[in-house]
Amino acid sequence: MRKSWWKILALLLLIYTITAGFLWKVPRLPILNETIRNLYFHVCMWFGMMIMFIISFIYSIKYLASNKYVYDIYARSYASVGTVLGILGYATGAMWVTVTWMPDQHQSLGAVLKEPKLIGAAIALLIYAAYFVLRSSFTDMDKRARVSAVYNIFAFVMLFPSIWIIPRLVGSLHPGSPGSDSGNPALNKDDMDSTMRVVFYPAVIGWTLLSVWIATLRIRIELLKEKSLIHAA
Amino acid sequence: MQHKFKDIFQKLGFFFIMMFLGITTAMAQQQEVEMADVMRSNGKIYAVVAVCLIILFGLFFYVFTIDRKLSKLEKENK
Repeated sequence: MRKSWWKILALLLLIYTITAGFLWKVPRLPILNETIRNLYFHVCMWFGMMIMFIISFIYSIKYLASNKYVYDIYARSYASVGTVLGILGYATGAMWVTVTWMPDQHQSLGAVLKEPKLIGAAIALLIYAAYFVLRSSFTDMDKRARVSAVYNIFAFVMLFPSIWIIPRLVGSLHPGSPGSDSGNPALNKDDMDSTMRVVFYPAVIGWTLLSVWIATLRIRIELLKEKSLIHAA
Repeated sequence: MQHKFKDIFQKLGFFFIMMFLGITTAMAQQQEVEMADVMRSNGKIYAVVAVCLIILFGLFFYVFTIDRKLSKLEKENK
């Protein structure tokens, strides 16, 4: 175990998230009912994804600035963990939709499928999927690192219109859009009361630390692979 | 004197308890939003918490073993 204190911190924070997240009191709201507790899990996946993509983006820029191959490995590992978190966020969101928007807000499946936030998130994830397709299509290591670093910057920039800007411009059922009466996105101070913040912020940190841990494992595997390749050659 | 104080406290205490009960029942009537109160009252929610914690522990244990294996490999490859 290398530098293990923050890994233990991640475990402790997630234990706290699950216990307090299920047992601590939450605001009583119609339609949402107990599903409001999904905030500690579903929203944290997207927060984690965003943080992973930011780290990946920084390493891509660093690669282009320095041409050090390690940075390419970093960028790729963080992007892959970010994509996994995005898929988990999408799946949990789909679960949440079936019990809140569909039965209680009387939305048809068609309305949910037209939902701009969902389409935007799908586009963003597909752009990142294309990043991995692009990576695997190169045989030359330097070319792969360079082109995929440039593409990663493009993919990161595309996140902003697709999941942050467009759903706010057009109406959306998702909390945070002008069409919904729940106001501005996730970070609105009126949306979440202080009892939920006490659990939510540690939850974000906990899930993010776990993701960073998994990303570092991937990085170390890749570095080992590179080393053994060099030894074999 | 002491006796008298005790008496007053007892009466006050009774009064507050009654008031508290009255307020809570009034509040309970106001809120019609359904929550999983029944589930919490008979304690079954703890089963869910326990299940999730077991999964969490399992997950962390797994990641931890991978981490340890990697550390070993890294040492061997040095």
